[in-house]
Amino acid sequence: MSTAPRRIAIFGATSRIATEAARLWLARGVNLVLIARNAERLRMLDDDLVLRGGGLAEVNVVTADLGEPEALPALWTSLIERFPDLDAVLIAHGTLPNQRRCEADPEVMLEAMRVNALSAMALLTAIANDFEARGSGTIGVIGSVAGDRGRRNRYVYGAAKGMLALFLQGLRTRLHEKGVRVITIKPALVTTPMTQDFDRQGPLWSRPERVARGIVRAFGGRGNVVYLPWFWRPVTWAIHLIPEGIFKRLALAR
Amino acid sequence: MPTSWNRLPQVRHARLIDWRDRDAALPVSATPVLAWGNGRSRGDVCLNDGGTLLLTGGMDRLIAFDRVSGVLECETGLTLGDALRFCMPQGWMLPVVPGTQFVTVGGAIANDVHGRNHHHAGNFGRHVLSIELARSTGERVRVGPDREPELFAATVGGLGLTGLMTHVRLQLVPVSNAFLLTENVAFRHLDEFWELDARLGSHWPYTVARIDGLARGSRLGRGVFLAGRHAPPQPAGVRLPLWRDASRSVPLDLPSWMLNRYSVRALNSMYRWVAGRRGRRLQHYQTALFPLDRVQDWNRLYGRSGFFSYQCVLPHASARDGIRTLLRRTAASGQGSFLATLKTFGELPSPGMLSFPRPGVTLALDFLNHGSRTQRLLSDLDDVVAGAGGALYPAKDARMSVTMFRRGFPQWERFAGFVDPAFSSTFWRRINP
Repeated sequence: MSTAPRRIAIFGATSRIATEAARLWLARGVNLVLIARNAERLRMLDDDLVLRGGGLAEVNVVTADLGEPEALPALWTSLIERFPDLDAVLIAHGTLPNQRRCEADPEVMLEAMRVNALSAMALLTAIANDFEARGSGTIGVIGSVAGDRGRRNRYVYGAAKGMLALFLQGLRTRLHEKGVRVITIKPALVTTPMTQDFDRQGPLWSRPERVARGIVRAFGGRGNVVYLPWFWRPVTWAIHLIPEGIFKRLALAR
Repeated sequence: MPTSWNRLPQVRHARLIDWRDRDAALPVSATPVLAWGNGRSRGDVCLNDGGTLLLTGGMDRLIAFDRVSGVLECETGLTLGDALRFCMPQGWMLPVVPGTQFVTVGGAIANDVHGRNHHHAGNFGRHVLSIELARSTGERVRVGPDREPELFAATVGGLGLTGLMTHVRLQLVPVSNAFLLTENVAFRHLDEFWELDARLGSHWPYTVARIDGLARGSRLGRGVFLAGRHAPPQPAGVRLPLWRDASRSVPLDLPSWMLNRYSVRALNSMYRWVAGRRGRRLQHYQTALFPLDRVQDWNRLYGRSGFFSYQCVLPHASARDGIRTLLRRTAASGQGSFLATLKTFGELPSPGMLSFPRPGVTLALDFLNHGSRTQRLLSDLDDVVAGAGGALYPAKDARMSVTMFRRGFPQWERFAGFVDPAFSSTFWRRINP
């Protein structure tokens, strides 16, 4: 159960973290199917990986808009028909919505939910049925520590990631007895384009390469919910223990 | 939070942008722009206080590689270490590498870095076939030795000021395997170094000496001479030593009192004793060429207050006296650095207008930041360098004077004409008050 995948589909493959993870898997001889929206970026990544892989593993790319949940089950069907040996999936797509705009405009808020939660859940529903029927497979989804507790300046993103985490929790229990693994990956502060407007100072920030190493390790390990880096588990747990009456007054809650 | 490797100066940037697309148009920015690769220069050439940094670490894709001719096309955020991990197994090597593999290709060109094989291969810029440059006018220019040679000469060693280098073509050199044949020879004083350098330099393509910066008197300039060449193909049946990445990192900032004249003296003696005893052997390129990379975050050994690097080059005519005086002043100050580096540059010309390597001898020192005490010592050293007709290395500078820069880089005015008006750096503003 804890072996490296043979062929993995990575959704949102051109993101910084997913790219680094793809390179690591490639070096281990894992075949890659990369799905992303931007065809040009995908082509650049394809060139890079084909060169780095040096024929060690297969790289295939598929351009698709991952922000349209309704279209994703069909996308998955086409993928699994083309690559019947797909035995692992990493769902890495998502955006950091502008919280103020989400507060001002329900449409923007709903769009944030579609991109960050509903699209992954639509995809997972299709994947889960296939893997369940087959009785094997590994599913990893990038969530966020932002989904562990609602905070003033990030609660729309947090709610999407929190919804995703609950969905995965149930899915994990359902698929566990069928031999399918579900990993919830929770990075925290990572220096990627998504967070470039943050004040990225201090020791809590980590580089995308480090998070990618953690993801690849998690696929080969046995964990269910993986915090990256590891110290975020006790940190979020401690934050979780603060009573709401106190939490809402804290700077931490912002 | 982007810094430079020596943690000096500490500045704040107005805006940081993760830059990943080589084809994207430059950002519209009210403040001056500068690319920041991996922050391994030791001073302010990679900083832009109050300005915008384009963080190019994510623009690190390989684009094409010709296994027959050894031409590698890649984006500029790729580190030399990643490039080596890619090309070495295929029998190709970067023609020039500095003392660390954690610099980016863009940084290596912007600072026109050199390595232990300078007397053999020249500096990094000599092996750059072409550079794609995004200028703030919106134009894209491909420059090379044979295309827009003037802009190319400004860009190589141009400290990132002529625009954003997005991707480049490099000429690699063939090697038989990932190993070097190395030989260490201990020497007792400077005169022995000159003798060794003259004797070994001609037939070892990689040479450098590590000097005990605290040794005085008759031991002044004692150290270990490190020579190397790429290992020949190994006969069938010969097993190359196994190599595994055993790097360790420094987990926290050491308090600055821990690096004092006694601990550094002990470390230097220990190094000389250990390294000086090693004769000829086969070494993996990682250990042979990047020994310091095995201690990740070694800059933390110098603590929070950071350190000053000081690298100068003196022309041959004045080198012997000049180096002696520099080492004497350093040793007398008691601020001697852990393992100074001494190296004779070759005669191969540098393509860049602001390239640092030139015929002569280069000495590199690191000093813990003791504030004004260190500043005074460095000014003292400046007098020697200026008197000897030498120059300081911008990539390792956080304090050189305007006069020092202009004397060391007589083409600076010509260079200034090629600077992209939207680009600047803390270094550039300091040197052009």
